Amino acid sequence: MSQVFLGMPTAPPGVGHLRGRRPFPEAARTALGDAQLRRNLAKATGTIRAKRAAVVGEVPDWAELRTAGAAIKDQVLAGLDGYLVQLEEQVTARGGVVHWARDATEANRIVTGLVRAAGADEVVKVKSMATQEIGLNEALAAAGIAAWETDLAELIVQLGHDSPSHILVPAIHRNRAEIREIFLREMGKVGLPAPADLTDQPRALAEAARLHLRRKFLEAGVAISGANFAVAETGTLAVVESEGNGRMCLTLPRTLITVMGIEKLVPTWRDLEVFLQLLPRSSTGERMNPYTSMWTGVHEGDGPSEFHLVLLDNGRTATLADPQGRAALRCIRCSACLNVCPVYERTGGHAYGSVYPGPIGAVLSPQLTGVEDNASLPYASTLCGACYDVCPVAIDIPQMLVHLRSRVVDAKRDHKLPTPEQAVMAAAAYAMDSPARWTAALRAARLGRLLGGRRRKLTNLPPPLSAWTGTRDAPLPPRQSFRDWWAKR
Amino acid sequence: MRAGADETSGGYGEAPGGAKEEILARIRTATGDGPAPPPVARDYRTAEQPAGLDGEALLELLVDRLVDYRALVRRSTTAMVAATVVAALTERGVRRVAVADGILPQGLDRLEPGIELVGDDPPLTPAQLDGLDGVLTGCAVAIAETGTIVLDAGPGQGRRVLSLVPDYHLVVVTAAQVVGGVPQAVARLDPTRPQTWISGPSATSDIELDRVEGVHGPRTLEVIVCS
Repeated sequence: MSQVFLGMPTAPPGVGHLRGRRPFPEAARTALGDAQLRRNLAKATGTIRAKRAAVVGEVPDWAELRTAGAAIKDQVLAGLDGYLVQLEEQVTARGGVVHWARDATEANRIVTGLVRAAGADEVVKVKSMATQEIGLNEALAAAGIAAWETDLAELIVQLGHDSPSHILVPAIHRNRAEIREIFLREMGKVGLPAPADLTDQPRALAEAARLHLRRKFLEAGVAISGANFAVAETGTLAVVESEGNGRMCLTLPRTLITVMGIEKLVPTWRDLEVFLQLLPRSSTGERMNPYTSMWTGVHEGDGPSEFHLVLLDNGRTATLADPQGRAALRCIRCSACLNVCPVYERTGGHAYGSVYPGPIGAVLSPQLTGVEDNASLPYASTLCGACYDVCPVAIDIPQMLVHLRSRVVDAKRDHKLPTPEQAVMAAAAYAMDSPARWTAALRAARLGRLLGGRRRKLTNLPPPLSAWTGTRDAPLPPRQSFRDWWAKR
Repeated sequence: MRAGADETSGGYGEAPGGAKEEILARIRTATGDGPAPPPVARDYRTAEQPAGLDGEALLELLVDRLVDYRALVRRSTTAMVAATVVAALTERGVRRVAVADGILPQGLDRLEPGIELVGDDPPLTPAQLDGLDGVLTGCAVAIAETGTIVLDAGPGQGRRVLSLVPDYHLVVVTAAQVVGGVPQAVARLDPTRPQTWISGPSATSDIELDRVEGVHGPRTLEVIVCS
């Protein structure tokens, strides 16, 4: 299986945020011990779930929109080369400049060069998954360029020297008291300080962020954004947001640089009639998000006079190469699957190690990096199917997880030393191969009853079987096997 | 300006044609396996088969959805709109208001004494806009089902920055501009114009999911719906 994908480069290691430092089960254990985090997550995911369900229920043709959304994205993926070339032609014809980046390193170098060429040593940023994925802020910092996150939650994360834990609500793991502390401690170090009498009321905290950032907006020469959609037919880019920080970045500075994954296309302007219904309702649970900005190249006398679009691969073509995994590229980053996931609700986003957490992250991150580098993520799921039900572009995440698990197993098969799992499976195959050996094995298994103890369960097997009993109990083997019982009749 | 675009990547897989050619080649290799996907079935409610509401019912739905997303709403008529604008500005205590070109109906080159109208010619700087109390614009389309006002820099709307920096945005919507759903709006709009879709005032739910109106965009959105 895995050789099919050889030769298609994945996202390179050492740059960006697609790989965790620890495997999921280990990171999850830490997260599960954090009672505050679990309370915040339960409240947040529960609230968004209810809002989403209400506004999706309002739309009589939701199922048809969902089917159309999936079909449009499949069309994009099947003809991606043509659509990208068309997009480049349109953007260029309307005064923009298009750049192509094979991976994170190349994208970071292009953006750094553009900021330098604009003569800026600081930039304002709109929340963007793509730029987090490639570690752009770190690359800019290394080049002496300060990047200010302007989304409120991203500001909280940045000032707290922290990392985002949710696609839509990146500071979901912080409560108001913690946010107040961060603002009081950090704002003054990088600009306008927070007022000394700052309370922990969300309104007061938002006001402090407004004042802190307004000066940066009015002075910024360069802005960096992501994109939610790009229309191949017209070259139109779209950013959806809530706070107005996106509008500020997309309108005020002289130079705008947009970094976009190559899969974010739609073929025609008309296709947005589907996605501008699917996205806000799935994402924030609103009929429509407060602000959507659309621009096409450079608009004379209105907004930036220079526009650069950076098209990013970084493992997307490797994902595209797997027919059973490529539908993950339909994703429009709504985060509905995070909010319904029983695993995400308990562990939060950090445990996934990648900027893409939750069910979609568990299928997307391993494909972008190659399954060897995120081998624990396809197992970070109960396969309950809730994510598939809410996905606005009908990505069959459970089925894809099973497929990726098989890719993980295939990748490990190439190793010289067998894994414990492979050793157990090989032993089982040997025993089951002959009736005599199988009968003997079943009898021997009865000895396992001695380990049961008072709870009459196996809770603490020795390695390598401890990998199983570390997280679940195994039932005691029966006193008598079916074969023994049958033989005695 | 194309810095980096044509340079070679530091790592693996460098093709002679540069990044663009290589990415396109990767895509062709990756997708060369499958049959063409089926055509997109548009059996949702399209622009051609609208929701069925019209006239007063459509306006009422728009008002309902605007209010639900915490916009302030006034009903008026085309004949009475100037008076309604004055009433809104006066109640808000707005003294200096930016006006988009072409928004003022005939005979309305001034409002009440004490309310200064500031035109955008020559273009106002962001700092000047930041010093004003509000902005008055029209719109291109309004979507009833979602409570959305779309501005496309057309007559009476002005540059994008105009409706962004001042803290109070007063919008005049006429009945002819109101459509039922998103597909009808998309069909009416020109994608090559800069667009801003506005649904309620600027908002955030980033702190414990408590909704707060007003972060960076105007903290108050007021809409005058004219029948």
